Amino acid sequence: MSSSKQALAHPAPGSGAAPGNQPGAARGAGGRGTPAPGPSSWRSRLYRWDMKASPYAFISPFFIIFGAFGLIPLLYTAWYSLHNVQLSSLDHKTWAGLDNYRNLLSSDFFWNALKNTFTIGLISTVPQLLMAIGIAHLLNYRLRGSTVWRVVMLTPYATSVAAATLVFTLLYSWDGGMVNWLLHFVGVNAINWRESTWGSQFAVSSIVIWRWTGYNALIYLAAMQAIPADLYESAAIDGANRWQQFRHVTIPQLRPTILFTVVVSTIGATQLFGEPLLFGGVSGSKGGSEHQYQTLGLYMYDQGWIIGNLGKASAIAWSMFLILLIVAAINLLFTRRLRKSQ
Amino acid sequence: MRTSTRRSHRLMALAAVAALTTGVLAGCSSDSNDTSSNSSGGTSKGKTTLTVGTFGVFGYKQAGLYDEYMKLHPNITIKEDVTTRTDVYWPKVLTRLQAGSGTDDIQAIEVGNITEAVQTQADKFVDLGKDVDKSQWLPWKNAQATTKDGKQIGLGTDTGPMAICYRKDLFKKAGLPTDRTQLAALWKGDWTKYVNVGKDYMKKAPKGTKFVDSASSVYNAAIGGESQRYYDKDGNVIWDKSTGVKAAWNAAMEVATSNMSAKLKQFDPTWDQGFANASFATVACPAWMMGYIQEKAGTAGSGNWDVAAAPTAANWGGSFLGVPTATKHQADAVALAKWLTAPEQQEKVFAKQASFPSTPAAYPNLKPAAATTAYFSNAPITQIFSDSAKTIPVQVFGIKDQPIGTAITDVGILQVEQKGKTPAQGWSAATKEIKDVLGQ
Repeated sequence: MSSSKQALAHPAPGSGAAPGNQPGAARGAGGRGTPAPGPSSWRSRLYRWDMKASPYAFISPFFIIFGAFGLIPLLYTAWYSLHNVQLSSLDHKTWAGLDNYRNLLSSDFFWNALKNTFTIGLISTVPQLLMAIGIAHLLNYRLRGSTVWRVVMLTPYATSVAAATLVFTLLYSWDGGMVNWLLHFVGVNAINWRESTWGSQFAVSSIVIWRWTGYNALIYLAAMQAIPADLYESAAIDGANRWQQFRHVTIPQLRPTILFTVVVSTIGATQLFGEPLLFGGVSGSKGGSEHQYQTLGLYMYDQGWIIGNLGKASAIAWSMFLILLIVAAINLLFTRRLRKSQ
Repeated sequence: MRTSTRRSHRLMALAAVAALTTGVLAGCSSDSNDTSSNSSGGTSKGKTTLTVGTFGVFGYKQAGLYDEYMKLHPNITIKEDVTTRTDVYWPKVLTRLQAGSGTDDIQAIEVGNITEAVQTQADKFVDLGKDVDKSQWLPWKNAQATTKDGKQIGLGTDTGPMAICYRKDLFKKAGLPTDRTQLAALWKGDWTKYVNVGKDYMKKAPKGTKFVDSASSVYNAAIGGESQRYYDKDGNVIWDKSTGVKAAWNAAMEVATSNMSAKLKQFDPTWDQGFANASFATVACPAWMMGYIQEKAGTAGSGNWDVAAAPTAANWGGSFLGVPTATKHQADAVALAKWLTAPEQQEKVFAKQASFPSTPAAYPNLKPAAATTAYFSNAPITQIFSDSAKTIPVQVFGIKDQPIGTAITDVGILQVEQKGKTPAQGWSAATKEIKDVLGQ
């Protein structure tokens, strides 16, 4: 599969080079003839300039927008993170050096938020992807009304975080919530979902799982449908049952897709923000009275916009960025490993 | 080698293109500033458009005040720019004020943010004190919006004098008096007396009900009547030595460590359900909460709710209108702000949605909506609230009042109330949180 991609990719640089040669050809033609009169050389120069510059002009919107809304804020945030800045007096920054970072490293709240981000990420991502694979596998069978099922799978993804979280908050409410009501049938005492550590992390994760499982399932399904049927046929001839087919044909073929979803979900988990914020209700940016579900994103928001300590919030933002880089590096290592083992 | 030099040339070209285009963009943005103020706040064909930035529901539109003003001043058009949540609204206003552009012609300021505005943004607001008769307002209301050198950056709109809203039917079942004057006398002067009534209530509490919605609401009500809060007059943080905080904390701890609290969080959906299911018998209610109770408790609560004077005169909430210096229509904006906050207009807003005026001249004429009076058992609502408003002490506020208050209620008190921590543990958790808030 990868070889065919490379084969496809090869002609591209060649064809890209072809128009690049044309100005040179034009120059050659001009040079062979009599000295060109003024206007035409002007035109050819303009033409040449056009050929060189217009590709950049065409791709520039992305870079300009990225620069204005991505790069400049990113660098400005780095600059802020080295200062003591309050939201109420943006013009009076005082140089703080690495104080904000030192403050973070010695802050229990920061490490707590990092830990929460990690655990919530883990208990939301792993079941989510496992369930997605299972569901995709089921949807891959010939089913009556398969389109309906696929659309149904994707509806949670299409609902707004706010609406979904509001409903989940009611389901998980301490007294009168549906979850506790169901649990009392099996003899479990009412759980304070919002204030208990594991309860709240589970509740937040369940919102994430509910929203994203369908999306991932659809990606897996698309990849599964690209697996050639003859692989399954030959496996069947070799006497492999359904489970063995899934294990030895489907999963290995899905490997690049699984990697993609893992990377995307990990990034999503690191930036988890809306669900815990709304789950907390009023002053949700604290993430519970003991910060039991305060993620890094929430901690940053709380410091920057609620407390007004922008310097520290910027330092948190950059720490998050560095953490993401580390996560990306680990992912890359894994990918290489996997490729080698293939 | 060659390719690398070519590449660097290209990079240069790219950088040049980028630099040029951002330059053009920057040019655009400074242009668009002018044009936008033309469209949203400019004078076209002799008409001036004023924008009023508010949060939540101010009730000006609902009470028809904008229409009335536009009728009186045909050359003025008013647009309201509403942000629902204060915690979204205020950071936005702060950044715009400091950028010197993008602010509305009139900007509402909540009482929780007024000190920050007074101490850090005073030069961004027009001094409104010169143009008005200050004696129209309650003295403590003016004081909140005035800088040390006497500049007043905002005119008072509503205030939040407090009372106790209680369910007569539940009180009766619990064997307590139901008469509002009798109850007020029972807890007058001290919130711990109110807590003691709660202890009596719990002895014979109707099944499934508690005395109060949460310990935090008792804390907020109690601190709302204390002159010493989190800062001293010189702006030093003294929250852990403050007599006001101690008194309010102790009252809240008595609630949190007993069984009298429904353990709800105010303004959560579950709190709304608590009103609907009548799961608590009392709540400390500022005037603006009357409408909220009617809406959430529904028709079933009508006639069952009553209002009694709170243990101490306390204030919760209220706002100001300020005019940023960045506005292009300063005179028009000041005139509108003065008109909107005048006693006659505050009366109309009260009649519409029970936002209590900050201008005592309006008090004798206040007419609450008939439905509200009936809902709260014909209690003399205006009498109770205006008595409270007139006796609220001048309080000292500081820049980080709001996050400090949140740290105490949503970390310290909540841990004791919902996680079974001891008051000492709750206090130290709040201390740690406040240190983080103050960046110590």
